[in-house]
Amino acid sequence: MIELQNVAMSYGGSELLSEMTLKLVPGSFHFLTGPSGAGKTTFLKLCYAELLPSAGHLALFGQDVRALGRDDIAGLRQKIGVVHQDCQFLDHLSVAENVALPLSVARRPVDTAELRELLGWVGLKAQAGALPPQLSGGERQRAALARAVMMSPDVILADEPTGNLDWEMSLRLLSLLVELNKMGKTVVIATHDLNLIRTAKSQVAARVLRIANRRLQLAGADL
Amino acid sequence: MRALFALFPADLSGADRVVPPTGFTARLTLLTAAAMAFLAVFALALSLATGRLAERWSEALARSATIRISAPAEQMQAQTRAVLEVLATTPGVATYRALEPAEMEALLEPWFGPDLPIDSLPLPQLIELTETSAGLDADGLRLRLSAEAPGAVLDDHTRWRRPLVAAAGRLRLLGLLSLVLIGGAMAGMITLAAQAALAANVQVIRVLRLVGARDAFIAGAFVRRFTARGLAGAGIGTALGMVAVAALPATDEAGGFLTGLGFAGAGWLWPLIIPPLAAAVAWLATRAASLRMLKGIR
Ligand SMILES: Nc1ncnc2c1ncn2[C@@H]1O[C@H](COP(=O)(O)OP(=O)(O)OP(=O)(O)O)[C@@H](O)[C@H]1O
Ligand SMILES: [Mg+2]
Repeated sequence: MIELQNVAMSYGGSELLSEMTLKLVPGSFHFLTGPSGAGKTTFLKLCYAELLPSAGHLALFGQDVRALGRDDIAGLRQKIGVVHQDCQFLDHLSVAENVALPLSVARRPVDTAELRELLGWVGLKAQAGALPPQLSGGERQRAALARAVMMSPDVILADEPTGNLDWEMSLRLLSLLVELNKMGKTVVIATHDLNLIRTAKSQVAARVLRIANRRLQLAGADL
Repeated sequence: MRALFALFPADLSGADRVVPPTGFTARLTLLTAAAMAFLAVFALALSLATGRLAERWSEALARSATIRISAPAEQMQAQTRAVLEVLATTPGVATYRALEPAEMEALLEPWFGPDLPIDSLPLPQLIELTETSAGLDADGLRLRLSAEAPGAVLDDHTRWRRPLVAAAGRLRLLGLLSLVLIGGAMAGMITLAAQAALAANVQVIRVLRLVGARDAFIAGAFVRRFTARGLAGAGIGTALGMVAVAALPATDEAGGFLTGLGFAGAGWLWPLIIPPLAAAVAWLATRAASLRMLKGIR
């Protein structure tokens, strides 16, 4: 699904991430942790080809990212749902339209019943017609998660999806991701929230990746 | 106009909503297209009118000719008779007629006044002739005239006709060149407007990219919008231009070049190609601009 071999990444200066070798298989569930500024967001950006590695080999769905054209990348992103840390929306469209955006962009029909159900699940039924700038930080994150899973993508990459949420809502979103994982989706969640990781581990065979000292490590089972 | 918009319902709803309304650039495009189409109608009218003019001039002038006989007074009569005899047996001559002294006087009066002692002047004798539609062999006639009446000179007006016809042809070319320039200017303006719209929507384009929009999808949203605006604007401009041309004073017999500017008969159909052409120009310009821009955004 996502395969890294000796991947390194730098923003021009010294290397931020080095020698990352990893294979995310279909249906796996991973958490990504590490101190702020360690490069979690950067890692996820590599995984949906917003950034290209500065060294090493990175393959998405079996394709070398360096060989991909813009339209190939667009095609890949239709199979990867992303919750960005700074949730970006089209501010002139309603929340519901934003959540359905991946479908519109792929020129697929929108199942309104499904859309309504998803909005209900993330607790945004009342805000469906609102414009994104009118949402709170937590509401934006929930809308972003809804948008990421709307297409029923093969891979879901979530960057701190519960950062602004109360515990109850965090659990709700987590269970949504766990459900999707049980349906065979590959899930990667970047988070600092150890409680969330522990809870998830009780529900699903989740593994923890940690970025420390520029390296990506599989953390021990003790978490 | 509503029918024009109906051709592009997507501009008002559906997939194209992903791009926020582009008020200023949309109005600019509409205005540019309208103004350019208005000008294009006149350039087209100029080309068509000068085309007709060139034809008319060459026809009218080609079918008449003048023979001028300059000879000593005592030979004048004999040479005139000789010329008339030659004309009588020349194929291609429809009518011919020697001008009377009174007619000569009338011709000269505007220049020299009514009191001209015409009898005492060594005026040449003028003979007017018109050609049949089959045409006249001017060089052959000249040869025969030089043999029979050495003082006779055939003026078949080619000397006058050529520069006039050439001028009309040149004007027509200028009209066509103006059309091309107008099209180019419109392409330029719409490209600028599209670039402004794209630049104002970089954030929107980024979000669309992140959710997997292909180039064609993003470009299409802009291209359809600008094409519709170009078509609508050009439709308005063309309609106004045609009204303006129709409102020009009508051609009359004495009508000079200016009153001849306009469309004739089926020529009124020509301006109708301006809106589709403008739409095509807008489509090409916006498409090129957006694809160029999209290359820069990952
Ligand atoms: N576009 C960029 N250009 C230069 N440096 C960048 C860029 N984006 C991120 N960085 C730097 O790379 C480092 C890692 O950033 P990143 O966003 O990946 O961290 P993170 O692990 O997601 O942090 P957090 O937990 O705070 O979200 C930071 O030091 C940041 O300043
Ligand atoms: Mg981050």
